[in-house]
Amino acid sequence: MIKRSFIGLAKTWMEYDALDITQPEPKKIPTSKKATLLLGRSYDHKDSILFNIGDKVKTGQKLSYSEDSDAYVISTVTGTISSISSFIGDYGKSYTAISIDVDENEETDDQFKAPAGDPTLETAINYLTGAPGNPSFEIFSDPEKSINAIIVCGVDSDLLMTTNQYAARADSNAIEIGVRILKKITGVDNIIIAVPQALTIDAAGSGAEIMTVDSEYPSTLPLLMVQNILGQVVPAGKSCEDMGVCFFSAEAVASIGKAFDDGRIPVTKTMTFVNKNGEKTLVTARIGTPISEIFKAFDVTLHEKDRVIVGGPMTGSSVYTEDYPVQADTDAVIVQDRDDVALVSDYPCINCGECIRICPANVPINMLVRFLEAGQYEEAAEQYDLYSCIECGLCSFVCVSKMPIFHYIKLAKYELGRISTVEETNA
Amino acid sequence: MLNQKKLIVSHAPFCHDGSSISARSYHMMLAALPAVLIGIFQYGIPAVGVVSLSISFAMIWELAINKVTRRAISIGDGNAAVIGLLLAMLLPATSPWWLVITGTFVAVVIGKHIFGGIGGNPFNPVLIGLAILMVSWKDFFDFNEALVNYDLGFAMAYPLSVLKQLGPAGIVKYSMIDLLIGQQAGGIGATFGLGLILGGIYLIIRGFIRWEISVSFLAGVFFTALVFNLNNPANYASPLFHLLTGYTLIGAFFLASEDSSSPVNFISMLIYGASAGIMTVLIRNIGANVDGVVLAILLMNLINPLVDRIRPKALGKVV
Repeated sequence: MIKRSFIGLAKTWMEYDALDITQPEPKKIPTSKKATLLLGRSYDHKDSILFNIGDKVKTGQKLSYSEDSDAYVISTVTGTISSISSFIGDYGKSYTAISIDVDENEETDDQFKAPAGDPTLETAINYLTGAPGNPSFEIFSDPEKSINAIIVCGVDSDLLMTTNQYAARADSNAIEIGVRILKKITGVDNIIIAVPQALTIDAAGSGAEIMTVDSEYPSTLPLLMVQNILGQVVPAGKSCEDMGVCFFSAEAVASIGKAFDDGRIPVTKTMTFVNKNGEKTLVTARIGTPISEIFKAFDVTLHEKDRVIVGGPMTGSSVYTEDYPVQADTDAVIVQDRDDVALVSDYPCINCGECIRICPANVPINMLVRFLEAGQYEEAAEQYDLYSCIECGLCSFVCVSKMPIFHYIKLAKYELGRISTVEETNA
Repeated sequence: MLNQKKLIVSHAPFCHDGSSISARSYHMMLAALPAVLIGIFQYGIPAVGVVSLSISFAMIWELAINKVTRRAISIGDGNAAVIGLLLAMLLPATSPWWLVITGTFVAVVIGKHIFGGIGGNPFNPVLIGLAILMVSWKDFFDFNEALVNYDLGFAMAYPLSVLKQLGPAGIVKYSMIDLLIGQQAGGIGATFGLGLILGGIYLIIRGFIRWEISVSFLAGVFFTALVFNLNNPANYASPLFHLLTGYTLIGAFFLASEDSSSPVNFISMLIYGASAGIMTVLIRNIGANVDGVVLAILLMNLINPLVDRIRPKALGKVV
């Protein structure tokens, strides 16, 4: 993949992939025989769940978990529910996995048609969470946060992918509608679309203010965008939402536009697929399609000890099964051959300073990692700027000792988060 | 969701720039090679003996301590070999075998492993080894005495001790060009200035050492010597003489820049390098020792953790 340049003195220069303007239409992955939907709530078989094994579902049908819960998922296929089980995702987040045997004849549910005529925030919250691009509206109904700016990302958050750039270019009409609706339903007038230099013309018609973003990683990470676009520095430990800024991907805005325009909730996700040779292709697939279908379409054979990554090479997550379903926020799927898998080691930090030089947030990683290794998370947060980390993964990328620094940082934040949750509950 | 095929699951990022500790060590040795080869060419078989013994025993001690402490075998990272090579470069060609073995023991075991191995050493292991040898067996480091049987066709008196005894009047016989191309007595790999400079530049360009430390060290030596020299040219030698003699060049490029015992932040590196340079000349000009590089760098190693607290403000840090 990306290697250290011969001239090691020069800063490692990593550029985001630019969208190939001559790119053909994304390759369509056929609907699989079985789809799995992940409902963002833990599964308890004692709950009175509103759907059952054997129920028929239609494309676009809303499957609510229970009467007393807001959690729902939109069915992306037509078929019969074959199983309901519990699924644990990253950082212990639990889901209810609903497997659906797909019928050949597709039927579309028109539940959304009536509310789509008059776009409101409530309709968006009730139907569009989990639409392609994963728009999130909860923040607008949180009384503690007041959002005054929305950044639409026509840039991709990680290397190797061009998913959102493609959306910004190909779906510019839907984005225009989406931006209009977002302004209406959220009441936020300050909507900014962030695009790479090459896509400014495509973004011109969106009705949002256009800002260009550097092509050097990690300038599209949320915290850095807030800094570079809005000129605000997010204090360590605070989120962009605390500053009144929230993010939508270009694809999410396009989904909002399409949904309200046609009265149908979009169900197809666009992704960048990177095969073992590093060749990139844009693909579209129904949300819930197992990623093994993508491998099948590209004749990729998985072997033992290969690695499958959902998301980008710097910030994505690897999955343990090729049955993992495509999610609303799956912007890329990457397969690495076992010979190309970069492993970490248990060597200590040798204090070479590579991480210090590459860190965009000036975190004293050489000291931080010593505390994190020893499990002294509180000291790390207090003295060595753990919360300034913007989670770009560059420190692990350049580490001469191949330490899993990024992993340590995420673990520390997770553990500290757990401690503060426990303290709050006990207080 | 059950499937028998086992995939590798790990945390992001999923790529690496391909750098490694062993690559760093090998390039370090490669960069030191010109200076070592000139030393071997000048001093012949005894120099080969010292270099080989030093490298092999550094690795043997490393292996032994790995076994004794039951830790993973770490000679593969090449760090022990680098320690051995650098120690040999500082020793006179006539060093007896037991001196080399003791030196490598002190460097690898006391200098590095009792602090927890690579990355844990607060001092440069090579300099710890050398300093203890110098304190314990002073006579072997009197280069005039050590190299008394050699006649290589240039002045065989060690330039720094000549300076100490006779003052600048004694050193007029050394031309700067001769000093640069290794026509001087000294450690096996410490005299060929040109080779050390080229090796150092190679390491800097490839990013294996930090240029801030080397450059500020040399600047520290140069300007302090210049101040002395301008004040009293009759008593103090020119800055160029200080740059090209003793351990200055090997110190700047190979010793002061050792990873674990030197700072990593920009300003801290400049302070560290410059202070070591200043101390070197202070020791040479007004101290009792002939050469000050070893003690100056060790002293700066001591304040490294303190200096390295000078760092840029992290993103989003309010105070």
